[in-house]
Amino acid sequence: MKKGVMRPGHVQIRVLDMDEAVKHYTDLMGLIETDRDDQGRVYLKAWTEVDKFSVVLREADEPGCDFMGFKVVDEAALVQLEKDLVDFGVDVEQVPEGDLKDCGRRVRFTVPSGHAFELYADKLYTGKWGINNVNPEAWPRGLDGMKAVRFDHCLFYGPELAAVYDIFVNVLGFHLAEQVLDGDGTRIAQFLTVSMKEHDIAFIHHEEKGKFHHASFFLETWEDVLRAADLISMTDTSIDIGPTRHGLTHGKTIYFFDPSGNRNEVFCGGDYIYPDHKPVTWQAEQLGKAIFYHDRVLNERFLTVLT
Amino acid sequence: MAQVYRITEQCSGKSFECEAGQSVLKAMEQRGMKCVPVGCRGGGCGYCKIQVLAGEFECGKMSKVHVPPEALKKREVLACRVYPLTDLTIECRPPSQPGLASKQTKTTALR
Repeated sequence: MKKGVMRPGHVQIRVLDMDEAVKHYTDLMGLIETDRDDQGRVYLKAWTEVDKFSVVLREADEPGCDFMGFKVVDEAALVQLEKDLVDFGVDVEQVPEGDLKDCGRRVRFTVPSGHAFELYADKLYTGKWGINNVNPEAWPRGLDGMKAVRFDHCLFYGPELAAVYDIFVNVLGFHLAEQVLDGDGTRIAQFLTVSMKEHDIAFIHHEEKGKFHHASFFLETWEDVLRAADLISMTDTSIDIGPTRHGLTHGKTIYFFDPSGNRNEVFCGGDYIYPDHKPVTWQAEQLGKAIFYHDRVLNERFLTVLT
Repeated sequence: MAQVYRITEQCSGKSFECEAGQSVLKAMEQRGMKCVPVGCRGGGCGYCKIQVLAGEFECGKMSKVHVPPEALKKREVLACRVYPLTDLTIECRPPSQPGLASKQTKTTALR
């Protein structure tokens, strides 16, 4: 957080059918619908999140991710980060306050991998859902499905990882937590953090720009991940792989798809990172184990099925 | 009993039954067959693209990137979103179209 970028704040996901998508993200994943806007977008949050929304769904004829937003500590940091981006040669676009309901102004930019990101300082603080801020109970009743705890991170696929690294690390103050290097020492995957989490965002090299691999949501325990797997079967939801463990980050995970084919993850655990931690390196020839620690073999789908 | 249709995949010569209202891809998976690659199963990723050579069908929503109007005219569609109205003959081409990973990507080379 050394440059003032605090945490992942939101992701806007394109869906082919809004009703099906809302049902998936609320009934199955346990997000809570908090608002809708006159563009037809639906706003959702996970119950432990203190701001009004973290997931925005937009109906479109092509699924994928419109942008991911990071919350910064205050307006002064936003002004400085915007200046730093411009000085670094990044084109920035102003998105006015209120474009996303109850969200302050956003500074949007596209990185060389083809993905759009935003920084913002203000969003309506609504507090954790269903519990008080004074003498709070352990958890709220009335949560559905997987009872997702928080929106955690996204994984994007695209080219130009070195240039993306420069922006995230040198301009925005992220820290490289883990990487995959090929035989020539070229970084083909980078897991970046602004917190003690093992990743707040990750990129894997892919020739085509701007592809969305998954949006991930945190669960507390392995038992919760198994219960999520049960719910995926009960609802006949399209599964990708899991429950299993990643080598990278060591998180325990399951992957599945929303009704428009966007990949979701729910996971628990994962390593912690302090700023003095050196990056963990996986060698490309161990990529199978790095991604699926138990199978030690990549499934084709994980590398090629994207929106 | 639901109406059942026979789906024949031309390249492999394999065929399987598909109930009315069931997607071609789901029917194939249920019968343990692999003549069409399985991706997101949601019309989003383009992985299960086929061409319907013969027969009538309905489609669910599919990504316009993978099924633009000109592809739809050629009956190039996603098997996860194809619901047969008659017996179908389909063809699953080897993956060489845009939207699928090119053979030169580093990620592809790692497989």
